[in-house]
Amino acid sequence: MTKERMTQVKMGDPLSRVESLLKVTGGAKYAAEYNLPNEAIGVLATSTIARGRIKNIDTREAERAPGVVAVVTHENAPEIPGYSASVDNEGSRVYGQEFRLFFDGTIYHNYQPIALVIADTFARADQAATLLKVTYEEESHDTDVRNSLDKAFKPERHDDYSRGEAGAYKSAPVKIEQEYQTPIQVHNPMEPHVTTAVWEGDNKVTVYNKTQATKISQKEIAKSFELDEENVRAYSPFVGGAFGSSSRVWPQEMAAIMGAKVTGRPVQVVLKRNQVFNMVGYRPRSVQKFSIGATTDGTLTGITHDAYGSTSQYEQFTERLLDPTKTMYSCPNLDSRYKLVRLDMSTPCWTRGPGETSGSFALESAMDELAYALNMDPLALRLKNYAEKDPENDKPWSSNYLMECYEQGAERFGWSKRNPEPRSMREGDWLIGMGMASGIYKAARDRAVVRAKLSPDGSLLVQSAVADTGPGSATIFTQIAADVMGTAIENTRFEWGDSTLPYAPGQFGSHTTASVGSAVYEVCTALKQRLQQLATGTASAAMQQAGPDELVFENGTMGLKDRSASLSYGEILKQQNLPQLEVIKESEGGPLLDEYSSKSFCANFVEVRVHAATGEVRINKVVSAVDAGKIMNYKTAESQVYGSVVWGIGIALMEEGKIDHRFGRHVNNDLEKYHVPISADVPEVDVILINKPDPVVDPMGAKGIGEIPLIGFTAAVANAVYHATGKRIRELPITPAKLV
Amino acid sequence: MKQFQYMRPTKQKAATDAVAKDPTALFIAGGTNLIDLMKREVMQPEKLVDINMLPLKKIEQRNGSVRIGALVSNSAVAEDRLIVEKFPLLSQALVSGASAQLRNMATVGGNMMQRTRCYYFYDTALPCNKREPGSGCGAIEGINDQHAIFGFSENCIAVNPSDMSVALAALDATVLLSGPKGERRIPFIDFHRLPGDQPEVDTNLMRGELIVAVDVPESPYAQNAHYLKVRERASFAFALVSVAAALDIQNNTIQSARLAMGGVAHKPWRLFDAEKALAGKPVSEESFWQAAEVAMRGAKAFEHNAFKLKLAPNSIVQALKTAAGIA
Ligand SMILES: Cc1cc2nc3c(=O)[nH]c(=O)nc-3n(C[C@H](O)[C@H](O)[C@H](O)COP(=O)(O)OP(=O)(O)OC[C@H]3O[C@@H](n4cnc5c(N)ncnc54)[C@H](O)[C@@H]3O)c2cc1C
Repeated sequence: MTKERMTQVKMGDPLSRVESLLKVTGGAKYAAEYNLPNEAIGVLATSTIARGRIKNIDTREAERAPGVVAVVTHENAPEIPGYSASVDNEGSRVYGQEFRLFFDGTIYHNYQPIALVIADTFARADQAATLLKVTYEEESHDTDVRNSLDKAFKPERHDDYSRGEAGAYKSAPVKIEQEYQTPIQVHNPMEPHVTTAVWEGDNKVTVYNKTQATKISQKEIAKSFELDEENVRAYSPFVGGAFGSSSRVWPQEMAAIMGAKVTGRPVQVVLKRNQVFNMVGYRPRSVQKFSIGATTDGTLTGITHDAYGSTSQYEQFTERLLDPTKTMYSCPNLDSRYKLVRLDMSTPCWTRGPGETSGSFALESAMDELAYALNMDPLALRLKNYAEKDPENDKPWSSNYLMECYEQGAERFGWSKRNPEPRSMREGDWLIGMGMASGIYKAARDRAVVRAKLSPDGSLLVQSAVADTGPGSATIFTQIAADVMGTAIENTRFEWGDSTLPYAPGQFGSHTTASVGSAVYEVCTALKQRLQQLATGTASAAMQQAGPDELVFENGTMGLKDRSASLSYGEILKQQNLPQLEVIKESEGGPLLDEYSSKSFCANFVEVRVHAATGEVRINKVVSAVDAGKIMNYKTAESQVYGSVVWGIGIALMEEGKIDHRFGRHVNNDLEKYHVPISADVPEVDVILINKPDPVVDPMGAKGIGEIPLIGFTAAVANAVYHATGKRIRELPITPAKLV
Repeated sequence: MKQFQYMRPTKQKAATDAVAKDPTALFIAGGTNLIDLMKREVMQPEKLVDINMLPLKKIEQRNGSVRIGALVSNSAVAEDRLIVEKFPLLSQALVSGASAQLRNMATVGGNMMQRTRCYYFYDTALPCNKREPGSGCGAIEGINDQHAIFGFSENCIAVNPSDMSVALAALDATVLLSGPKGERRIPFIDFHRLPGDQPEVDTNLMRGELIVAVDVPESPYAQNAHYLKVRERASFAFALVSVAAALDIQNNTIQSARLAMGGVAHKPWRLFDAEKALAGKPVSEESFWQAAEVAMRGAKAFEHNAFKLKLAPNSIVQALKTAAGIA
């Protein structure tokens, strides 16, 4: 529909989110809010042991409870054809046997779903779930990475990496050999995991879930239930945060679909907060032995990095703990290994800045320790070892403005005023410290397909299955389309979050803008070419002959640059009697991508204060300077940096999934006990966006921004705490208990 | 969560009778603690007696004391002019607790009755003598970073989580109770219990008894009072350790002191000996360290809470310094 106001926007403009009005008025429907006719509610009962078997599960009382429609357990669950199929390690994103819901009585972890109680209301289902009587055959379990480092193994999908000589740091005149640890962190999005499923007949299912990837949901569900992909619809336009935790299909989806099958009714399943801690992924604990050596002028000569993560008994989850170490600095000798410990826990899952966030804590803390050992400024040490090309593969950077990040960040922060002496700055009872760290994160691009439809009234609809879990992707895609097509923002609509729309990769790995944005860009470019071909009549002859540089597309019209001729898009369609003009475009990075190494970069500068008596740490100031290529939308980009900084503060100072290993069970699994930062923990964050386009990754020049500011951030805090107190904390989080 | 019956009497007698007669019944005020515990199946009352219709929502100046009704919200107490003026310690303690939204719902009576935040108490799959007598204490050899360093027993090392109660204990408040057998008053410091061999009993409240009000006596401590709450995030967290410190200072000499700690014991931990040690001493960091040392006598830590042995005395000194205006 053509509207009153006609606003032309450009990529980069600080446009507010296109869905913001819906979100603030409650008009945005989340997966638990569909209230389908005849919908029943399922509540998952979960295991209270970490390992063993269900001996008996007595459901009789629960079945008799008021309102109960069905109780599904491994004894009566419908057969899931995909569960008995051989394990598909080629196609699956995590190596191993996926978790099979209600498959048999084996218990792999605490909080494993053991029954789904379905009733007409939540309260009744929840009450009936308390009436289940379960007995177990318990086996001894292990949930502690530390206990089992000697049993760690090299994962199938990981190659150790080395260059030059192994252990070269040992002969360096100045060296650091330390161990760093990061605890379990849980994504804890505000919206818990939820699915509403409804079958139409035996072969067709619609799933209202929260997902970062409708196409992955569709594919995984189709595979499990042996359905045609087009008969599975994953619908997820609004997601209340995910951070990696909704990047695969989890038990609540399978339970809702199974429950809907068993009852013949739409079934909704929402996880409880405590269930979210050990069922739908988390960032695994890491133990990292990190050694680094340099000559007395600060030139790095060797790095050895041994990292340990953990996984479940049934899958091998791997993450990129070693990546920053491999690529951040020029260093001729490097050897690194990554091993996993099998635990009686659910499988971990990618968590914002997966791997790099934990890995960079070790790397960037060790760099700071090395700087002190060298009696050198920590920033100067980093400048000294700046990598002119990617040291991992010797490829040139597609773009690299890390130096600008250092310079502008240091300038804005006032780094030069820092007295390097630990414990040298004080305000009353508070010790003041300043720390910094660098960050690097891949700037990837994946295949995506986008459809564009132009209507005779001049309005443009652009469609992709991509999710927007909150960062503002839908806004940016609307913006790209409006900019490339020259349609007013009010006339441009982007549709997303539905697996029936054209293919998009998952919204994770900071590659959504590069992947789907490129497809939007290209489909609109193709649409313009179609318009040029279609235009007829006297006014158009000149336009048809015109080269791409002589044509302008703006205000919904195509015209010659010299303004001697123009036609509105609507007129072109009307000339051809077209009810609609539709173009679909598949887009993928070209071979050039392989010739370069593409990364986003950042430098974080943090000032902390540490109370001399109580050891409380508060963040005074953050300057985050980020090279994420061309900034597509200043507002949403800054918000991504704020989000990363808030995450970084949480991971540095408070987040920790605590497990009592005697029981193999989380003990702080609610938001009162598992702390994330509140507003008062977050100071003003000064964001510097270098905003220089990358010439290789995608036609817009954008690189990813959702994760890069988090990489190294926790080390910047730890380094600042060291500067404030003289105490080096090598195990996160940095709590008063460790500092007092 | 188990289903339950619900009633909302308008007469105090009807409320206390209902709970006295039915061992599965509980009062509910703001619901901010009880409902959470019901959702986790930690508490499973079969009947809720909602007391919000009872006329217990006033703060009144009385002869030599201020009376705070049991249903006054935590935010109303914290902002009340009388309270801010006469008992800034109480106001500060309340403001340091929970969040604005919770304080709007939470009541004085509910705050006093709130249950421990011990991990093991909250998870029905884990042992806890307080939740399930005889099942064992999960914390003693488990994750006990939040736990007691004073007054614990082999059956329970949980701490009382209330901030308000620490201030009220320091301020020599009195609790007014009304039950089937009539009214009675007990000193605030005798309201909560130590765990002993009955950790399931948090307080000396008897079945059917209702907290009606708290009386806080006038005192000379308004000028020099400070509630210090230590936690790893800036707000919305229970105390690792907290200190309520109030001093009556004349000519740079401490006439008398009131001192209590939170986060260290099963009840608000009043430090009588340290108070005595402060009386007559000059205002100085040295006096405060001496008091802290006295305060810490008998403290004992477990595997994960040893930091409190240092944090607690540091916090006492910090709170006293702030109260005295020399921080
Ligand atoms: C996330 C979170 C953070 C919090 N942080 C803090 C904090 O930092 N510091 C702090 O001090 N508190 C904190 N609280 C706890 C909060 O202060 C209490 O939940 C609140 O004070 C309880 O009051 P209520 O009226 O809601 O009690 P309810 O939940 O209604 O009742 C609690 C108990 O008190 C009993 N009860 C209520 N009124 C009476 C009465 N008049 N007589 C007899 N029995 C009665 C009930 O039967 C019930 O057993 C926090 C709570 C939450 C949820």
